[in-house]
Amino acid sequence: MSTISLKIEFGGGLELLFSNQRSHRISIPALVPASSGSSSTQQKGEGDDAQPTKPADLSYLIFWLRDNLLKERAELFVENGTVRPGVLVLVNDTDWELEGEGDYQLKDGDEIVFISTLHGG
Amino acid sequence: MPPRTCALCDDARAILKRPKTGQQICKECFFYVFETEVHNTITEACLFKRGDRVAIGASGGKDSTVLAHVMKTLNERYAYGLELFLLSIDEGITGYRDDSLETVKRNQQQYDIPLKILSYDELYGWTMDAIVSQIGRKNNCTFCGVFRRQALDRGAAILDVDHIVTGHNADDIAETVLMNIMRGDIARLGRCTSICTQGEDTIKRSKPFKYAYEKEIVMYAYFKKLDYFSTECIYSPDAYRGHARAFLKDLEAARPSAIIDIIHSGEAFEIKDDVKATQKLQQTCRRCGYMSSNELCKACTLLEGLECGLASNAVTGSARRKLDVEGHPSKTMRQIPFFRAPPHLQLSKQSVSPAPS
Repeated sequence: MSTISLKIEFGGGLELLFSNQRSHRISIPALVPASSGSSSTQQKGEGDDAQPTKPADLSYLIFWLRDNLLKERAELFVENGTVRPGVLVLVNDTDWELEGEGDYQLKDGDEIVFISTLHGG
Repeated sequence: MPPRTCALCDDARAILKRPKTGQQICKECFFYVFETEVHNTITEACLFKRGDRVAIGASGGKDSTVLAHVMKTLNERYAYGLELFLLSIDEGITGYRDDSLETVKRNQQQYDIPLKILSYDELYGWTMDAIVSQIGRKNNCTFCGVFRRQALDRGAAILDVDHIVTGHNADDIAETVLMNIMRGDIARLGRCTSICTQGEDTIKRSKPFKYAYEKEIVMYAYFKKLDYFSTECIYSPDAYRGHARAFLKDLEAARPSAIIDIIHSGEAFEIKDDVKATQKLQQTCRRCGYMSSNELCKACTLLEGLECGLASNAVTGSARRKLDVEGHPSKTMRQIPFFRAPPHLQLSKQSVSPAPS
């Protein structure tokens, strides 16, 4: 299939940046450009020699969320190519550090949770 | 990276990597390890004794909610024999504190612990909103922190408790160590890593989460599905602590044990004798009777500044001396009610004559 569906949850105040909504259901392409080299997307279903592709991973998802769902203040979510320090990421209820962080390859039906720890206790 | 089995029980699937140790552990082992470490912190520091009445400083945020849950759990599991209370302070910040207090009220129901709420308005006659509209957004955290500390002590005295516990975690303490270094605050640097603070006339106050990472507290709350309030105080983006926090988060990303290591460094600090000699001795405030480094405690000084419309002058020491010179407070000025220590502390106190009203 060419797209994968994901369930995204935001907590710890992050939902405020995403239209004040904690839960989102999204679809992203299954294969995405492998590097930031070319900006034009000539993606075909199968692998294309002219443009290397890779399966969509968490790093891609983070940028996708920033570009498509984030309503304001991108710097509170993304920093230096990954989530801002202080934001925890869970993949199917597992710490993303155990799944390879940004390199984890997304599967259809995955549930990704982003929780911010940056607020008073 | 394929999911591994838990390093502790070697049975269930690992779901978390502990920043403190790098261990990969499963959910049940994580709950057990987290709770047991707090238990060890409490027993090694001999924080409580049987029959103690303990007030939990509760804001409705992640740390205090998890603290209430863990204190209740440990009190039952290890039979500490403590009587627990929730104590909440309402600073009067619209859109922040009023929402988080609703969470504390829910906590009272969920954990079945009695709740007391004390507000700045009833104690000082000023809400934080009113203070900020008077002095602007710089230095307002100073007012809030000073007023809250006194408010917690007064609330605890009303409840007649032996001990206050707060949800300060390892990240908070490491940030404080860094802040005190950056500001050259030697007196605080020497005190800020103590797990338990006590003056002669004040109620013991300790931090059972001193060695608990903020990340673990959030994960604990998430997996236990605990109900907490999570918004930044609307006035905090301008706070100095934000710099220390951003720095600490970057340090943690590079080397997760940095947080615990900073605390250990802080614990090892010893102040040089000639510097210690210049530190002020503790006295009692001549106006409200609370503990103070000067004749007037910081809260009374700040309140006087607010009442006279010279609030920003009251914040630094040199400006305060100027305020003293300018004359006595008028009779109609609001003052903080005289502080009476709880009965069990008063037995050892010398009698102090109340300030003229």
